[in-house]
Amino acid sequence: MTQSIRIGSGLGFYGDNWEPVVASIERGGVQFIASDHLAELTLAILQKDRQRDPSLGYARDVVPMLLRLWPLMQSRGVRFVCNAGGLNPMGAAHAVRTALATQGWHPRIAVVSGDDVLDKLQDGQTHFDHMMNGAEVNSVRERLVFGNAYLGAQPIVDALDQGADIVITGRVADAALFLGPLVHALGWKLSDAASAQDFNRLAQGLTVGHLLECSGQGSGGNFGDQSHWQNIPDLSHIGYPIAEVFADGTAIITKAPGTGGLVNFDTVRQQLLYEVHNPHAYFSPDVVLDMGQIELADEGDNRVRLTGAQGSAPTPQLKVVAGFKEGFKADVTWGFSWPDAWDKVQAAEAIVRTQLRERKIPFDELFVEYPGLNSAHGALAPLPTTAELNERHEIWVRMVLRTPSKTAADGFGRLFPWMALSGPAYTCGFQGMNSSSELLGIWPTLIDRHLVKAHVEMLEVQA
Amino acid sequence: MNTALRIPLVQLAHARSGDKADWVDFGLFAWNEAGYRILAREVTAAKVQAHFAPWLPGQVDAWPLPNILAMKFVLHGALQGGGARNLRLDNLGKAMGAALLRMEIEVSPEELEQAQKSPRRGWWPEVSPRS
Repeated sequence: MTQSIRIGSGLGFYGDNWEPVVASIERGGVQFIASDHLAELTLAILQKDRQRDPSLGYARDVVPMLLRLWPLMQSRGVRFVCNAGGLNPMGAAHAVRTALATQGWHPRIAVVSGDDVLDKLQDGQTHFDHMMNGAEVNSVRERLVFGNAYLGAQPIVDALDQGADIVITGRVADAALFLGPLVHALGWKLSDAASAQDFNRLAQGLTVGHLLECSGQGSGGNFGDQSHWQNIPDLSHIGYPIAEVFADGTAIITKAPGTGGLVNFDTVRQQLLYEVHNPHAYFSPDVVLDMGQIELADEGDNRVRLTGAQGSAPTPQLKVVAGFKEGFKADVTWGFSWPDAWDKVQAAEAIVRTQLRERKIPFDELFVEYPGLNSAHGALAPLPTTAELNERHEIWVRMVLRTPSKTAADGFGRLFPWMALSGPAYTCGFQGMNSSSELLGIWPTLIDRHLVKAHVEMLEVQA
Repeated sequence: MNTALRIPLVQLAHARSGDKADWVDFGLFAWNEAGYRILAREVTAAKVQAHFAPWLPGQVDAWPLPNILAMKFVLHGALQGGGARNLRLDNLGKAMGAALLRMEIEVSPEELEQAQKSPRRGWWPEVSPRS
């Protein structure tokens, strides 16, 4: 049995930078790269792509990413797992195969699907209550546009066991992208896990995945504090996190030599708690993780030893995130210079409200915030006095119309241009003439496992 | 105890926020054990809820994690229904970790000094501008 393997972080979202992965492959000694392209809301973006063109619906950055990285991985025997398939994993796999074939590269590609459960949410046979507020899915059923279950690591393990060089999935638990290769390479029990040791190893693997699934956020990027962040070296050349994981589950979190960023007790634990709710019951399809006894031993020199994750058996249900249409918005950002900039912004806002009323434009809300003053912290960032605001060099206002009417959203920007000649003076910038977009509500819920069937398919190699 | 001081959390802690649907979650981290003792006493769910209430009056859940000198908080109803429907510029609440670090707590001068002078547990490659 292999004593340890090294796995590296790929992307942390659709649109992330893959150049740091080069150092992990060339100098990080990794055998696997796992890449998370799907934030909670990414499927909403992909759904709009798919509406325009049914061959799309996947995270398209996987194609240029693999054109850059695959030759480096291929020559070193590094294998690649990603969820870039989004709503169309087979479409993504075909696009990757075609693009790599133009360069004479012919990897074995596996496709994992079965996460799409929209039809089950729509058929009215089962309750899909909102996980957070308990509401009945009937209230949004007609407006649902996607619904995907978070699959676990098993289909990824199966694909790797079958010899896949590249595994492309739809929605899977983010950390499962990493847990899959660990289970495959270290021979851990997964669906047959039974003992405390089995579950604790899976819990360690899940924690590794959680630490690596957000690329640079696990190695000193986005480090939130006052001033210490300035001592994190060379973010321009950040190294994404790498884990060396041993057969007993112990892991060393590190990064490739000669890269920027920082892997230490502080940067690793910021990521450990990121987007976690109850840290004693972090649910995944494969194991329930308790972080309460985790130890992060800082060994210095960008090495943190992870031990102590406690695991227990997973629940009979999988998490589903669905999206539903929730009207439209249009947003305009508008600036005025000194003098009286604040009063002018208030006058402009009043004129807009007058137009909305007199033209009987239907809307639910006109949301107003002042970038540079309170858009980050709302009422926790109290405004200065009116006299002080009127002495400011400039004041910007952002007005966002939320409306059930697409026509109203499309027309919002056109309420503004005439004021350049006929409104308050010294406007210093306007954006948002064509800014309307659709809003999507998010519907997190649970589904019984037996209603979800994961599917693995090896693509034919076209040499 | 001398007269208590009121200080913002930023003097004793670091923090990151994240989003899931309509909830924003926070990790709050002391630099050392002395700082953690203060956080565990001062930064309760009720106080975090009161801090955010003028802006976002949602329920707050809290979990202490002494093993990593950290506190976990979840603020319900913080994103106008979730990131894809939130009208704010910061629709995912990325800057909300900083909003937590604005929160003021009460400390004695002695315990503040101890927390600020104790070494950090993490390995940092250079001397911090603050230490």
